[in-house]
Order: sequence, then C-alpha cells, then structure tokens
Amino acid sequence: MAVLVVAEHDNRSLRKATLNAVAAAQKLRSDIHVLIAGHEAGAAARAAAQIAGVAKVLHADAPQLRDFLAENVAAVVCSVAKSYSHLLAPSTSNAKNVMPRVAALLDVQQISDIVAVEGADTFVRPIYAGNALATVKSKDPIKVITVRTTAFDAASAAGGSASVEKLAAPADSGLSSFIGREVSKSERPELTAAKIIVSGGRGMASGENFTKVLEPLADRLGAAMGASRAAVDAGFVPNDWQVGQTGKIVAPELYVAVGISGAIQHLAGMKDSRVIVAINKDEEAPIFQVADYGVVGDLFQIVPTLVEELKK
Amino acid sequence: MKVLVSVKRVVDFNVKVRVKADGTGVETANVKMSMNPFDEIAVEEAVRLKEAGVATEIVVVSCGVQACQETLRTALAIGADRAILVETPSGETSELQPLAVAKLLKAVCEREKPQLVIMGKQAIDDDSNQTGQMLAGLLGWAQATFASKISLEKDTAVVTREVDGGLETDAIKLPAVVTTDLRLNEPRYVTLPNIMKAKKKALEVLRPDALGVDVTPRLATLKVVEPAKRKAGVKVADARALVDKLRNDAKVI
Repeated sequence: MAVLVVAEHDNRSLRKATLNAVAAAQKLRSDIHVLIAGHEAGAAARAAAQIAGVAKVLHADAPQLRDFLAENVAAVVCSVAKSYSHLLAPSTSNAKNVMPRVAALLDVQQISDIVAVEGADTFVRPIYAGNALATVKSKDPIKVITVRTTAFDAASAAGGSASVEKLAAPADSGLSSFIGREVSKSERPELTAAKIIVSGGRGMASGENFTKVLEPLADRLGAAMGASRAAVDAGFVPNDWQVGQTGKIVAPELYVAVGISGAIQHLAGMKDSRVIVAINKDEEAPIFQVADYGVVGDLFQIVPTLVEELKK
Repeated sequence: MKVLVSVKRVVDFNVKVRVKADGTGVETANVKMSMNPFDEIAVEEAVRLKEAGVATEIVVVSCGVQACQETLRTALAIGADRAILVETPSGETSELQPLAVAKLLKAVCEREKPQLVIMGKQAIDDDSNQTGQMLAGLLGWAQATFASKISLEKDTAVVTREVDGGLETDAIKLPAVVTTDLRLNEPRYVTLPNIMKAKKKALEVLRPDALGVDVTPRLATLKVVEPAKRKAGVKVADARALVDKLRNDAKVI
C-alpha cells in the first residue's frame, strides 16, 4: 500500500515542511502520494509533483478548502485514507489542527511529532518536552502521523515527475468559517527554515531592545529572530516568535540565545541546533549547559561588540 | 450556556523528569503532580465566561486514576460548579491515550449536552496535542484550536488562533470544541476560602465501561530512553573570541 503525505502549502507554493514529511515517508519504503487540499493551488500541486520520489499527487481544489479549515480538510483526507497504510503530515499548526480530527474519524490513535521511523508500525517521539524519547508501536490498521520537521532532512524538491490527479472535495461542512489572518510581515527567513536564529529572552528587558540591540546582529548574520516564552509573555515580541515546547521547534546551524536563561520548555524547542551560543549575565543559567560557546556578561555590551567584530 | 472543561493531572511543569532505569517510562512515584497548565487556562476562561454572564454552568471533567479528584477540586476552587471523574484503575495498565480520552469525553458530552467544550491544546506529559481535535471530530462539531481569544455570540464563537505565521480568526458554530493556547488568559490563584468551598461541590465518579467506551491503548510503548545529552561547551572571554570560535572552529559563519 502507498503512503500519503498531506502537504503544507499556502495555495501558491509548497512549504518546505512538506519536504521533511516526504523524507520521513521515504523511510517507509512504499510509493509516496502527496495530497494538496486547497483552492486555486495548482502551482503547489505542480511543485509537489516535482519532489523526488513522489509517485502521485492528489489535488483537491474547492473554495471551502482555501483557508484549510480543519473540518473541511479532514473530510478530504478521510475520503482517500482507506487506500493508504500511512498518513503523514509535517507538525505545522495546520496539520496539528487537522490530523487528530482525521485520526479520530478513522478510529486511529495518532502518533504525534515523530523524530525517527523504526519500522512500518514503530516510531520514536519525544515526550515531556523532549526530556524523554518514547519508542511506540501502533496496532492501528492505518497509521496517522505528524512529523517533527527538524528530525528529517528535506527530500529534494526537484527530480520527480509525478502525475497530478484531481480529487473531488466533500461539500463545505458549514461548521466553521474563516474571518481573517494577521500575518507577521518580515523580510527575514522563516523561523523554522532559517539556518541561523538569533533569539532573545527576558534579559532583553523590552521590545525596543529587540529592535535596537538584537536586530543589528540578526541583520549581520542574515538570521531569523526568535524569542523565549518569557519574552513573548512579557509582550516584547509577537507570539509566533516563540521557540519552545509549545512554540516552534527549530534546529538551525547556529542558534544564538541572548538573555535567555534556558528553561526546560525553551530548551525543548532548540536543543537540536547544530551550534548553540549563549550570552547571559548569569553564569549559572541552564542555557550554558547546552551551549557550545558561552559568553558571560552584559548582553547590552556584548551584542553590539559582536556586531562590530562580525564586520571585520 | 453550559460549558464543559476537561483537565488532566500531569507531572508538575517545574519537575525535572527522570527516565526509569528499566526504560519503561518516566519516574512518577513521589513526584509533584499538578493540573496541566493549558487546562488551567481552560478552566479560567470558562470561569471568566461565567463571570461575564455568558456561561451558566461549568462542568469540569477528568479521566484517570482516583488521584485526579485533587485536580478536579483545584478546578472547582478556580470556579467550576461541579465535577465528573471518569475513573480508571491505577497501575501500569491504566494509561489512557488521547483517542480513548476523546471517546470518554464524547460520552460525557452526550449526557451533559454542553454548548461549548474548552480544553488545553496539549498536555505537557505526552505532548500529543490531539484530544480536543479528536473530540470535535467524534462529535461532528466545529473546532478552534490554539485559542488566544474567544468571544461568544448566540450560536457562534469567534476565536483568534495562534498559528505558524501569526494569528488567524475563525467563526465556529456552537456546539464546538475550543483548545487553549498560553496567551488566552492568566489563571488566577486559588484562595483558601475557595478551596474550602470547592470541597462541598459535587463530584460524580463514572467508569469507562458504564459509558460504553473501550479504553484499550492502541500504541504500545516499547521503550523510553533519555535523549542524547549535549555536552556543555566552553565559555569564551568576549565577542572577539566568540567570533573566532564560530569562524574557525565551528565554521558556522
């Protein structure tokens, strides 16, 4: 039986997270199909057909799928689910919203946020904010899975030539409707896709300092900007900057934690980064236990000097 | 409007969990247990809806061992009106997985007929983030996950949701399930008089089989291990030394 990857896209282009989910699907050694559920998302469907190793793209196009409402997207996934052994999706907010609904409708216990595939029915997933890794074996006939994108290297976006097949979408559920979206606008790389992240915590003391002190560093490094929950809760920066157990999970090449103490729930979101730098005035701060390079001192002096040093 | 809130008893968020030596799970004996933080936010939201005159009654439900009664009493002290415990036997076989909990809550919803169910988006022990969406699916109701704002009108709820790129607002038809994110509210501290009052509130105990629900786990846990630890690195003196390390040792910039 083939496996189905439910794609993450914005109706125009395919999100990179889809490539990580395809990479997880490749470990199952079956034919891979990709589902694009959206409206006027032909470009995303064509992009999915190019992914290396994808055999077929199912494209459901309907106005009621434009905003990815869980009730309508789940109905599309369920309409084809019985033809597949596995349904996978990247752990994005859309998939986290949709996939458990799908699993319940199929009477399946979902396996959330897998970080490894051990076999067709056995997977590894983090629990307790990543403080433990559980290997679980599913007894369900269909496996419904979300994939931690940072744990799987993206499949190649090119090289495939899958066929695109139209899929009829079930009627609008009428249960929910989309009102609006406030998307944070930024010229910076997206947090979950960035190679370098500069992140600030409570030690930044104000939102203004994120702009004045941290932004020049991020600019210099071409980095995305993130924050700890403390900084978000204090209102310094918007909530979609939050890195952690309940925010975004990231694993860039370089993570620079500035004024972040390193609470368990923050470490859960960034400890798989390749290189971690911590700048903090408290030398006992737990962040230093995971940092490859630590600088103890006043961030308001160190960060500007760092920017100057980087120019050299 | 009747509001139903579900709460889970979990290892307190401040506890550093330890994996058991035999690899069967994490140590939960003699460990401080508390209400899942997202569920606390759910209870608080329901109480605020009641204080605003929108909710008329708040029923709080927990599924699990007898000790979950403590968690329910906490919810009653925050301001829920009555409690239901769907009690499972204690012991290693007592694990309830999200699908089973969703089925139990569905059965409770069919008895209680709430207009709105508010739940935490995720429990901080298994980090599944499933139960609310599953319950909505099983009931055929609308869902709004990761809520940072809820406003109720007669037949609909308008919910602002925390999504990857920012915020999204959806209107959902009632009855519906809403799951809470961190910034929905800041739960109040429970006061001693309210703890005393909570002791007198009704707490009903039900059994899964009486609700006709099979709670057999679908996932078998084969082993639980500690993740590979990162080695603590080195402290460097200043920004110049840091740039040198990043350029020449780590080669990351």
